[in-house]
Parts: sequence; C-alpha cells; structure tokens
Amino acid sequence: MEYTISKNAKLTTIILIVVGLLALIVGLTTDHGHHVSQRFWANLLVNGYFYFTISLAALFFLALQYVSEMAWGVTTHRIFQAIMSFMPIGAVVLLAVFIAGAAHMHHLYHWMDPEVHNPESSHYDELIANKGAYLNIPFFFVRSLIYIGVWMFFAYWFRKKSMEEDQLNLAAGDVSPIYKRSIFMGVLFIFFFAYTSSSSAWDWLMSIDTHWFSTLFGWYAFSGMWVSCMIFAVVLVLYLKGKGFLKEVNDSHIHDLGKWMFAISCLWSYLWFSQFMLIWYSDIPEEVTYYLFRFEHYKLLYVGTFFVNFLLPFFILMSRDAKRNAVFLLPIALIIFVGHWLDVLTMVLPGTMFEDGQLGMVEIGMFLMFTGVFIFVVLTSLTRASLVTKNHPMLDESLHLHH
Amino acid sequence: MSDKKLYAIYDDDYVLLESAKHLVSKGIHIRDVFSPFPIHGIDPVIGLKRTRIAITAFIYGMIGVSLALTGMWYFMVQDWPMNIGGKPNFSLIDNIPAFVPVTFEFGVLCAAHGMSFTYLLRNWTLPGFKARNPYPSTTDNRFVMEIHPSDSGMTAEEIKAALNETYVLQIDEK
Repeated sequence: MEYTISKNAKLTTIILIVVGLLALIVGLTTDHGHHVSQRFWANLLVNGYFYFTISLAALFFLALQYVSEMAWGVTTHRIFQAIMSFMPIGAVVLLAVFIAGAAHMHHLYHWMDPEVHNPESSHYDELIANKGAYLNIPFFFVRSLIYIGVWMFFAYWFRKKSMEEDQLNLAAGDVSPIYKRSIFMGVLFIFFFAYTSSSSAWDWLMSIDTHWFSTLFGWYAFSGMWVSCMIFAVVLVLYLKGKGFLKEVNDSHIHDLGKWMFAISCLWSYLWFSQFMLIWYSDIPEEVTYYLFRFEHYKLLYVGTFFVNFLLPFFILMSRDAKRNAVFLLPIALIIFVGHWLDVLTMVLPGTMFEDGQLGMVEIGMFLMFTGVFIFVVLTSLTRASLVTKNHPMLDESLHLHH
Repeated sequence: MSDKKLYAIYDDDYVLLESAKHLVSKGIHIRDVFSPFPIHGIDPVIGLKRTRIAITAFIYGMIGVSLALTGMWYFMVQDWPMNIGGKPNFSLIDNIPAFVPVTFEFGVLCAAHGMSFTYLLRNWTLPGFKARNPYPSTTDNRFVMEIHPSDSGMTAEEIKAALNETYVLQIDEK
C-alpha cells in the first residue's frame, strides 16, 4: 500500500519547525551571556549528531538484519530505510559545525585552537599538544569525510538495491540475487562500522573534553544511537498502523521491536554505568573530572537522564503484554527518546558551555526544529516506495510471524 | 467411569495438531499432550494458559537484589565498616555504585536458579523424581494426547469414534 503524508502530519511538522525556530531566535536574542554563538553551535552539534546517528543506527540495524539473516524484520525494512534517509542533511549539519570550528567561528573543540599546540604561547597545553598527531584539523577532516562518505555510500547502496529488488521478476523458487549481495555488503558495512562507530564518537564528542578519555565512550555513544533509532522505529510503526497503513506488521512484530527497545535500553544503561563506575572507583584525577563537573553543574539533567532512561523501560517494558501494547509503548518511547537526546546534550554542553549550559529556549527550540525536519524527511521517504519490500526471500516468513 | 483415561498415539506433530483441532471442535477436552519437542501452536488449541514463569523470575530476581543489598550493607557497613581503596564504607548510599555489580549478578543468579527449580518442581522433573510420562517413546518419536472422557461428559466410545476420524496410530485405554 502506498503511503501519503496526511495533512495533519504535514501541519504538525511545520508547526514543530516554526515553533522551534521562533523559540531558537527568541532564545538567542534574549541570551546576553558571553557564549551566545558558542551555544548556537553546541546545539547544532547536539541535534546534528543525535539525528544523524539515528539514521546511521537505522543503516546499522538494516545491515544487521541482512548479516544475521533475520527473518521477522523483513516487513520493517522500509521503515529503517526511511529513517536513514536523513543522513545527507545530518551530514551537512555536522560538517558545517566542523568547518565553522576549523575557521574558529566557535570553540567547541578546544584542540582546534593552534595556540594550545604552540610551545611559545601562553595557552600552550602540553597534554593536548601531545595528542596533536591524532587531533589535528586536517586529519580530523579526513576521518570525518571518510566516515560520512562510506556510511552514506552504504545507505545509498542498500536503498537502491532494495528498490531494484522490488522490480525483479523471479521465477518460483528463485532467490533474489540482490539478497545475497546485500548480505555481503552488510558484512562489509558492519566491519567498517565496528571501528568507525567508536572512532567517530571519539572525534566528534569525546574530543570536546580534550583532556579526558574513556575507552568505553564509543560503545556508550553507539548504544545511545541504536536505542534512539529503535525508539523512533517503534513510534513510527505504531503511528503508521494507527493510520491504517502497514497492515503486514502484526502484534508479534511490534512485540519484537519493543524487545529491541527494551534490550538496547538495558545495554545503554549497562554501558553508562560501566563507564561511570570504573572511573568513580579508580578516582584518577584526569578521568574523574568529567563526572565531577557534570555532578556539580548538571546533576539533575545528567543523573536524572540515566535513571529515567534505565528504570522506565526496565520495569514497565519487562512484561510481554506491555511490549505489545501501544498504551505502554508510546509514552515510554516518547519519554526516553527525549531522555536520549538529553544524554547527547549532557555529552556536549558541559565541555562547551561549562557552568553556563542550560536547558533553555535555544536547546528546546533547536530540538523541536530538528525533530520537525527529521519527521518530515522520514515521512517523505516513506511515500517514495511501497511500505513493504517485495521479493525478499524471507518476506513470507515475516508476514506469518507469530509468537 | 470417571477414572478412565484414553491415550491417542500419533507419529507426527502436525497431524496431532490438526487432530487436536478436530477433537476440540467436537467439544472434547484434551487433558495433556506429550511430545519430544514443543509443538508450535498447540497451546491455544488445547486451552493451555500462558506460563507464569516470567512472574516468578521477576520475584526471585527482586529477592536476590534485596538479599544482596542487605547482605552487603551488613557485611561492609554495619558489622565491620571497611575502607577499600580510600572509599570508606560508612554509608550504603554513598558507596552504592561499588555494590551494583554484585547486586546485579546475585539478582540474575537468584532469578535463573529460582526459575529453573520452580520449572523442574512444577513439572515434577527434579532429579530423582519418578517420571510421570506415560509413554517413554514420547521422548523419541511419538506424540501422545491424554483425554479423560469425564472432562467432556462423554463416554470412552464416543471419544474413540472421534479419534478414529483422525490419523491416529493407536488408542490405549488405561
């Protein structure tokens, strides 16, 4: 069944964008602090990263479905393809932030300041200068362009081949040749993504707190993007079903998506806590500053986010019935979606806005604006193809999913 | 004859499933089914309720979490306050991150073991228990339905007639 965006959905996204933009402008003009421009760029990074990586995680989950030969999820392929359609816009936003940083229009990345690498300067920072072999502007751009370029190539390839697969005329008993190649490309992508999901998180987020490092950070950021993507997929599927589309997706598919949302919430909580506990326990000054600063100035946001993102899905989505019921799924999904956005916010703001970071008009406005654009892009992508793929060898199995 | 039991023996899970549907449509209550592996889709046909093992697992897990926290509070804070790595344990709440891994593991341990023992006890299959399986061959290649005629208020003959309409291998009366 072909999907068309309803008038209400269009209106909602436009309202989100307009209200967000207004809040952003009001927030920026009424902010008389010293960091207005820094605040703008920091929020651009937060939302660009948050939504870009949701798309990225959708690509990852799609590749994972091919690699693991996952049968149940075939009816949701188009959902994840639609979610990953935001990648180009997210990439432009991220690159704009990086270019502005290299041009010293903002100071999100302290290491981009040439003074800290200059032994003659009063701003010379030996620790950062020692990381100069990795953290320097040309290499940073080479890496970022490679990540984004290769990821987007894979996203483009999977989407294109999936559309081609729909057009195939297969004789009975023939397996689509595109399916086999998709498995191979999925393996390649996951191999590349295994490294770059971590290193991109070091480059784009962890290097904000330049002195600090954590080996777990990459996984932590990765689990965050993955769970945000699963949450968005659950909400999107429930929305489409509520509008009478996607009849092929039954309660068992929703149950499975709910399980993913539950499981990756636990993975995220586990990694959040593992990173925290080891650093708290060893109490080494160069590591613990990250948490000390957050506990001192962002306590409610930072710790509250963790408890909400962990306890809500853990206790409420544990039961089977809750995972099949939109009455439980939707509110939890919406709350922890904002929770995981706050998680990215508290990764970025303390290192860029220091004591002055807050959850104000600028932050909320930018979030609403990006959410509106993101939803619009995803829904538009859904209209471009049938909502369920054809000719996938395990489509029939997925249609009859029952447990 | 309320104590009479009928055993219908099949050699295929799908045939048994279809036969069960046939019998149920005639109003016959199937007491139990013995098979070497789970038969997909049989539960709603013979009217099995959903398992409540998940609820017991949750309860055991919570018991484990409470025991672990109480235990560590007593060992590390109350009975003999310990000072490990410059983190003096004079208060539970200040040191809770250090106790979380143990609490988590003990919760999982209690949930998993409690669930296993409950399952084995409920099925009467703990080691040393006498098997209640009427046909040992149902652990190999046979599928057996147990029917008590009195459950459906029918005579054994009526039920046998209904069974003979299916591809039954053998009917035993015990």
